Amino acid sequence: MKIAVCIKQVPGTSQVEIDPVTGVLKRDGVESKMNPYDLYALETALRFKQEYDAEITVITMGPPQAQAVIKEAFMMGVDHGFLLSDRRFGGADVLATSYTLAQGIRAAGEFDLIICGKQTTDGDTAQVGAELAEFLNIPHVTSVCKINGISDNKITMLLDMPLHQETAAVSFPCLITVEKGIFEPRLPSYKLKLATADKPITVLTLDQMPDTDPAHYGLNGSPTQVKRIFPPESTNTHEMWNGEADELSRRLFHYLEDNKYLQQLR
Amino acid sequence: MKQEYKTFTAPDLEALQAICGTERVIPAEMIGEDYCHDELSGVHKRPDVLVRATSTEEVAAVMKYAAANHIPVTPRGSGTGLVGGSVALYGGIMIDLSLMNHFLELDEENMTLTLEPGVLLMDVSKYVEPAGLFYPPDPGEKTATIGGNINTNAGGMRAVKYGVTRDYIRGLEVVLPSGEIMQLGGKIVKNSSGYSLKDLMVGSEGTLGIVTKAVLRLLPLPKYKISLLVPFPDLPSAIKAVPTVIRASSIPTAVEFMEREVILAAEEFLARKFPDNTSDAYLLLTYDGASKEEVDLAWEEAAGICLQCGALDVFISNTQERNESIWAARGAFLEAIKASTTEMDECDVVVPRKHVAEFVLFSHALQEKHHIRIRSFGHAGDGNLHIYILRDDRTDEQWKKDLEAVFNDLYEKARELGGKVSGEHGIGYAKRPYLEESLSAEEKLLMSGIKKVFDPQNILNPGKLFS
Repeated sequence: MKIAVCIKQVPGTSQVEIDPVTGVLKRDGVESKMNPYDLYALETALRFKQEYDAEITVITMGPPQAQAVIKEAFMMGVDHGFLLSDRRFGGADVLATSYTLAQGIRAAGEFDLIICGKQTTDGDTAQVGAELAEFLNIPHVTSVCKINGISDNKITMLLDMPLHQETAAVSFPCLITVEKGIFEPRLPSYKLKLATADKPITVLTLDQMPDTDPAHYGLNGSPTQVKRIFPPESTNTHEMWNGEADELSRRLFHYLEDNKYLQQLR
Repeated sequence: MKQEYKTFTAPDLEALQAICGTERVIPAEMIGEDYCHDELSGVHKRPDVLVRATSTEEVAAVMKYAAANHIPVTPRGSGTGLVGGSVALYGGIMIDLSLMNHFLELDEENMTLTLEPGVLLMDVSKYVEPAGLFYPPDPGEKTATIGGNINTNAGGMRAVKYGVTRDYIRGLEVVLPSGEIMQLGGKIVKNSSGYSLKDLMVGSEGTLGIVTKAVLRLLPLPKYKISLLVPFPDLPSAIKAVPTVIRASSIPTAVEFMEREVILAAEEFLARKFPDNTSDAYLLLTYDGASKEEVDLAWEEAAGICLQCGALDVFISNTQERNESIWAARGAFLEAIKASTTEMDECDVVVPRKHVAEFVLFSHALQEKHHIRIRSFGHAGDGNLHIYILRDDRTDEQWKKDLEAVFNDLYEKARELGGKVSGEHGIGYAKRPYLEESLSAEEKLLMSGIKKVFDPQNILNPGKLFS
């Protein structure tokens, strides 16, 4: 079985400052790391490798320094790594990102299963997985919280939906996005670090994509325009309520309900 | 020796209420159950009165009254001790210092923090770290007060590199058993001016004076840290690697050992998986430093050494999520072991580092000898071991008997290896017989002599350290 896992390099902390003038995330001088959600996707793939003898390829899009997350994936037991890197890929929104990844995956080979994390910690859109599947014209399943098994060229799994759980079976090739906590991700291994120190990483530029039209990539291929990025306002306002427990609990319940902190479970 | 004290009466209560007011002077019948015991020692006693002091002057006035009337006084912080040190064995007055919990001064130029004794350990790091400063002692019990830490000379995981509480106490304000207020040490770095009473006070378990203020020494906050989880085929090979790892060019911040069965217990307890549970034994190493380069150099050298010493691999934990997945489990070990049995007691011995492996293996062998479950994990790097003896379904009598037999074997072995009764929990009430056995006649004489000089009436925390 051939598995591709999409991974991304994100800022190392959640406290990234935003440039007030340009509205762009200040990434300079910030430590980076692998998107924590991708660790669950990787671990899912590595469990398949243990059980079903799979071969795992990771794919990432980013600047040359994004090789670091591929090296880290090697240290966790991944077999091959592709970096999609080209200045013309820059400024991509979710659509252009998904398209680029789809092109990169086509260039990298044929896969039975593509696994993505639920979302990234910097963009937080949770859309790339599904859009990527559409571009590849394969079925996809999101919110996978448990793998039941693989048989007859089909994968069966449990989906964690907002109000219920659902079991789905999908034929290969397909794409799944996995929830945080599906497995506890393993730690990178020093032995594998030594063993994969010279393992090559294939870098693909726009020219090596099946579609070489620059209008489909990066800023040019992005219909989304970011007007402004700003941190959500936080306030320290608070209210004090006094009263009997009964009255207070009813009031608290209605407050939470009115402010949409609660979902109606009916 | 049977102690005779004045019986606490209504006029005494009134006198204390005249000093501190009625709200913070609580008579016996209204004292909460929590004030009658600590966390593990199994000793239980209700004080005659609880005084919740809010200032040094109040502590001094209460102490003066107690001295004039020959009433025993037991100081107390959060009550998280493990040897009965803060239990009022002879009743009398309990002074609760937990309301004296204010930060007084963060002196960035002198790199000191002056605070009251009731500040919780966990609040110290929150207070100093935003200023780029660091209080290294790191005992596991974060809800302990700093006063309690000072009185037990608490250690913690970072002792391998940074030392223990005593190494970070610059100055103390104490109320003596006579009620006199004294300033010991100060913001000074060096001091060759007579006997170091400040250092004597640290670790004296509230038997020489009541700490009412402390000046802590701070360091620059190390910006980078990394943990290594190192699997070994078995516990002996894991622990035998420790001295070599510590001898490398960089000292690890912490060296912990853990075994598979404790990890499995923690996984069950937390309903959460540990990043790896396939090996029988692990070392957990932590490195910190000012730059990424420095830390990388340190851990890569250590990783190489571990492999040479027979490690199966070296797993790298370099992000917050990864550290959390390890330390959440590490933090739950004690609770997980507790949950697996009916009752347990703990041996907190410390042996020279090179004997840690021998001692742990010895303690394991006692399981068969005494037909009892024994679990251990802890600070392989500083020789301080935490060995837990589990009661399971024993009767009271059988538990007492077996526990004593196991403790005797453990302390005898520790003595043989040049170890000491307590690494960081203290002696308190529970470990007195073992301290007694381990001290020479001359040491005992000196220690009781010191106690007599400070507290001739033996009214401050009586029944602790010595019988």
